[in-house]
Amino acid sequence: METIFAIALGAILVENYVLVQFLGICPFLGVSKKSDTAIGMGLAVIFVMALASAVTYLVQQLLILLDITYMQTIAFILVIATLVQLVEMFLQKAMPALYTALGVYLPLITTNCAVLGSAVLNTQEGYNFIESVAYGTFAGVGFTLAIVLFANVRERQEFCKCPKAFEGIPIALVSASLLALCFMGFSGLKVW
Amino acid sequence: MTTVIVYSVALLGGMGVLFGLILALASQVFKVETDERLEPMTEALPGANCGGCGFAGCGAFASAVLEGKAPINGCPVGGAPVAAKLAGIMGVEAGETVRKVAQVRCTGGGHDKLRYQYVGIHDCEAAVRLPGGTPMLCSFGCLGMGTCVKYCKFDALSIVDGVAKVDREQCVGCGACVAACPKHVISMVDYDCPIEIPCNSKAPGKEVTKACSNGCIGCNLCAKFCEAKAITVTDFLASVDPAKCTGCGTCVAKCPRKLISMVGGVAAVEEPAAPAAEG
Repeated sequence: METIFAIALGAILVENYVLVQFLGICPFLGVSKKSDTAIGMGLAVIFVMALASAVTYLVQQLLILLDITYMQTIAFILVIATLVQLVEMFLQKAMPALYTALGVYLPLITTNCAVLGSAVLNTQEGYNFIESVAYGTFAGVGFTLAIVLFANVRERQEFCKCPKAFEGIPIALVSASLLALCFMGFSGLKVW
Repeated sequence: MTTVIVYSVALLGGMGVLFGLILALASQVFKVETDERLEPMTEALPGANCGGCGFAGCGAFASAVLEGKAPINGCPVGGAPVAAKLAGIMGVEAGETVRKVAQVRCTGGGHDKLRYQYVGIHDCEAAVRLPGGTPMLCSFGCLGMGTCVKYCKFDALSIVDGVAKVDREQCVGCGACVAACPKHVISMVDYDCPIEIPCNSKAPGKEVTKACSNGCIGCNLCAKFCEAKAITVTDFLASVDPAKCTGCGTCVAKCPRKLISMVGGVAAVEEPAAPAAEG
């Protein structure tokens, strides 16, 4: 139980994927204009990451068994791409509004390095099955936390005065870096 | 060595087949019925995604037409030809389209009559934030700093002698400039309307004469002499009803401010402008 808690704390705050490890920056900047879509994106990423962690754990066992671990990356990408396709089909059916709002960023979860990152880190850290799933899920929660916080910041920014040259993406990058700086405050926090 | 190759191929191939099957199954389960007319309709539209129809883009407009939420001739950019294409796909009549163009309701007659000298950012949005909303005496006129030019996606606007000018042939009527103009000087008018009254001033006549060389003073002469009763004057500003205007040119001749003109500088059309109102 303590390990799970430690993993959760680490994945959400201390080693937040977006703000500390700088993984998954593309959707972080792309889908953070509205908090609604940011939440939707976060949930989709949590789902994909949790499932990807579970499936890639099994695939990794298979790779070790067959002694072909060098195939790790390509096998993981295959798993992730399939899961993203599934999520996309599901969203198109169940939540068409969210589907159009996410637009091109939904298929881009496939190449979201955060998802592949969690799968690879799972094997590097030597987590067992449950820990892997927990790590994937909480890394997704961390991603969601970052993107939702940032989306709220950007929503308020719309109403702020801002020098012309900084409008849009530049000021977004500045605020993202400030947000990342805040999360640096968690570094070194450990519960073992 | 061979075993590694065999294992790799078998594993990846197996995974590929398995995932393929899962996806094939899922695509059956999560099948979404899309109207097959949607794609040809989106292709028939101009594809500029200008938003002139009031929807988010061409794709959104096409689906709105399919759902019956938008009129089939709702695309101001495409006009009649696109409406005909859409009607062909939908299998209905296109109906009539009235071509709209933007019109800058200011001649720039008050451009040298200033309240103060403006030296800020060369942009209307910035200039309107200063006291009075304009450096000119006339608080209704075109600032001529070209915010509308920036918003026009079709190169139809330009600044000529400090006033925005619409190229009527280039203008597609998307209305982006109307929304962009902070002074609300630009409005959409019928392309076929024979006359134009390029003034936006709702100030009383005395103020207008002070602030502009040819702004509308609301003298009512045009309305009085218009046989077709196409001109009305409200808030010291004349406006024309394009449905009634016959293009006789009486108002052009009568306007004491030389403001009203035939569109495109064409001379008054010679035609008996008597719609037999009294009889």
